[in-house]
Amino acid sequence: MLKYLLKRLGSTVLILFGATLLSFVIMINTGDPLADLREMQSDNVEYLMQERIERMGLDQPWYIRYWDWLSGILGCFGGSCDFGTTMTGAQVTPVIMAAAEQSLRLVFVATIAAIVIGVLTGIVTAMRQYSLLDYLVTFFIFLFWSLPVFWAAVLAKEWLAIRYNDWMMEPHFTWTNILVLATILAIFVPMVLGGNAKRRLITGGIMFAFVCAVLPWMNAVNFMTHPRLGPVIILIGSLMLAAGFTALIAGIRNRRVLYSGLTVVALGMVAYYATWNLLQDPPGGWLFLGAMFVLTIAICVVIGRSMGGHARGQATAVSVLTGALMSGMILLDHFMYHWPGLLSAKPRPVSTIGSHTPTLDENFWVTALDQMTQLWLPSVLMALLSLATYTRYTRSSMLEVQKQDFVRTARAKGVTERTVILKHAFRNAMIPLVTIVAFDFAALISGSIVVEQVFGWNAMGNVFITGMQTNDPAPVMAFILVTGSVAVLFNLLADILYAVLDPRIRV
Amino acid sequence: MSNDQTPEQQNTDQDQQMVDLAEVEDTKLEEKSKHSYSQGQLIRRRFFHHKPAIISLIMLGAVIILAFSSIGFGAVPGWWDKHYQATGSIVDGGRPMMFQDGNFLGEHPFGQENVGRDYFAMVMRGAQQSLIVAFVTAVVSSIIGIALGAIAGYFRGWTESIIMRLTDFVIVVPTLVFAAMLGHIAGGSVVMLGVLLGCATWTGMCRLVRAEVLSIREKEYVSAAVAMGASPARIITKHMIPNSIGVIIVNATFAFVTAILLETTLSYLGMGVQRPEVSLGLLIEQYQNAFSTRPWLFWFPGLFIIIIALAGNFIGDGLRDAFDPRQRRSGDSRPSIAGVLGLRGVQRAFRPKSDVGMPAAGGSGGAQLPAGQNDPHGDAKRFGRKK
Repeated sequence: MLKYLLKRLGSTVLILFGATLLSFVIMINTGDPLADLREMQSDNVEYLMQERIERMGLDQPWYIRYWDWLSGILGCFGGSCDFGTTMTGAQVTPVIMAAAEQSLRLVFVATIAAIVIGVLTGIVTAMRQYSLLDYLVTFFIFLFWSLPVFWAAVLAKEWLAIRYNDWMMEPHFTWTNILVLATILAIFVPMVLGGNAKRRLITGGIMFAFVCAVLPWMNAVNFMTHPRLGPVIILIGSLMLAAGFTALIAGIRNRRVLYSGLTVVALGMVAYYATWNLLQDPPGGWLFLGAMFVLTIAICVVIGRSMGGHARGQATAVSVLTGALMSGMILLDHFMYHWPGLLSAKPRPVSTIGSHTPTLDENFWVTALDQMTQLWLPSVLMALLSLATYTRYTRSSMLEVQKQDFVRTARAKGVTERTVILKHAFRNAMIPLVTIVAFDFAALISGSIVVEQVFGWNAMGNVFITGMQTNDPAPVMAFILVTGSVAVLFNLLADILYAVLDPRIRV
Repeated sequence: MSNDQTPEQQNTDQDQQMVDLAEVEDTKLEEKSKHSYSQGQLIRRRFFHHKPAIISLIMLGAVIILAFSSIGFGAVPGWWDKHYQATGSIVDGGRPMMFQDGNFLGEHPFGQENVGRDYFAMVMRGAQQSLIVAFVTAVVSSIIGIALGAIAGYFRGWTESIIMRLTDFVIVVPTLVFAAMLGHIAGGSVVMLGVLLGCATWTGMCRLVRAEVLSIREKEYVSAAVAMGASPARIITKHMIPNSIGVIIVNATFAFVTAILLETTLSYLGMGVQRPEVSLGLLIEQYQNAFSTRPWLFWFPGLFIIIIALAGNFIGDGLRDAFDPRQRRSGDSRPSIAGVLGLRGVQRAFRPKSDVGMPAAGGSGGAQLPAGQNDPHGDAKRFGRKK
């Protein structure tokens, strides 16, 4: 394994080296970095040109320029990276660091959203193959696939940001809204849940009644301006989660697993009250929250393993999943608690320019909320871009696996449908997904250039485009190196994971 | 039949019986399968039965004909009298006049932009340019990809590792970045832009063709050709490429779609087609801020991009299904009205339980069954398919 890893790492570094060399040569041979000076009319043009030629080394042959650039990068291994200087003499390193942080945040959020939604949709459409739902989803997936992202971005700006902000001035649902939404869900949810006609009618009816009850309630408590989950909803939600995961993973009759899930819920409720004041101003921000989350998961693992008995593995899975999602709900409640704070500081919550509001000077939660509202439009768009890949992939992979002998054997020996789908089919269908993620990541970075441009983010895309327009190699190369390294790293990780997950792959 | 000439006298009766039997069997077989089809006919039949693909093919054809016939191309004049660069007086605030006052197209079907240029002519010109770029890109990238992929797959060794390392750059350097760097030197020529974009996007085709060639390489007929002294060039052009034509055609279609999106994106970012020339992406870039005041300037070019790309994707999907019978959509049935309303299987639901053929169908197990589970042939089809 170690030998394989080293070999892979070596070839990765070589590829990265080759790619930067190729790009560098193309870059310096396709544009004129003096173009803006040639058009200038002032007297000292000659001097300015000479100065720029000196600074950028334009009189040097390409291999010396490349070596200059490369030796700055190789400094990274010595602890001090140098991405070179732009044509005006500014340092690229601090700019690219700040930009990379924003861009990667966007790409990560979008990737995770796309994977979760795409895989779920893929499984559902595979289970309901050739149903109306399948055809509808297929059509929309093709539509998203064919969508020019910049065009969709302008639409999203108008409808999801500007119209939403207008609506937030005086947010309440009219009865027309409620009925339309209820009807759509009443048709759509039974299509997903399936079953015979009777069951579909019942689920549809329940869904309709549910929406018709919840939305007026939201109007009544001013949910859109003062949202709260509150302990009651968190408790009910987590109980449902614990029961649901038990039913999915172990079957509801497995009491040990159910009890460990319920214990997690009880402890979670205690933690909710215990940490409320502490979390009002978390020392250290996201790091502290991350540490709390890790602690939660650790506790969940301990509960699962100690209470699970013979079903230890399943109990651990249930308690970890319940714990993770319950922490998510508690986090959401904290964010909701501070939503009015954001609204008072920023009456139009979703603005269409920039990755954060520079003038905002509030506590941790409001700042984080501001970043999220800015992040949500671009990440939705990017998620749409890669949703197609994951959905189509999961669907065909699930269908493929279901034809395999081991699935038939499992059915033949009387394994329940739940176990067949989750344990035999799903697990094996998901293994190659790892490699898709690595490929998709590079594609998403392309997408992020466009999305950042539309939403006026001062991030990687901007660095690249300004560099291209002025024919300035340093920023462009910095972009290629950073995105390339991340993509290659993902690819490496995917290969390792693949080998670990699938024992058929010999390493 | 060769049996007719059996010489022995005593066996004639028996032989005659055998011949009759064979004829009966032949007729039965013929009745069952009507005709026998060649490989090409089978593929064509499968493709023409793929409804979304056929609808898309018609749509794409209509868009191409509209774009090229309306304002003409090159020296050939079209039936639309306005030029895409000619300014004019603005009529009715530049609103689209399609289907108004009893006219089909009217004076300015897609309206006018802010200096009074006819937007229909502009969009048509943009569509022409985008289609040309996409077509040239698809052709160039396919040619490079096929050639390098076939060479890499056939010769293996260091040739292969060099070519494959080149394709690895695609993971490292995003296509858009590569395309932007190359597109820089196109200098306003649309065909040149297409060629350069083709040089940036051949890697996908190369990987696929190489994979195909690697598997064909092990086939007996290739060994036979080698044994007969065929040159590598002959083996590649006569055996490898014709046998991987399915993969090639399907991916060339998808390359076309990718190219049209790539070109419009590049033009939108200002690095593709340059003004005063128009392209669909450039039109959107120019008029995106007019969305709240004159939304049609934004809608029409976008709709054209979507129609072209969506049609391309569906055609590619149909071609893939046609070329790859393993992915045959057997058991495929269109959802009925009852199914749409969630009322499928009403009779079964309200029938007494003992009547239900498959007890698991209503429960969780029902999720696995194809939609056509009600008809009696469904079972046979389903079980037949498992072989």
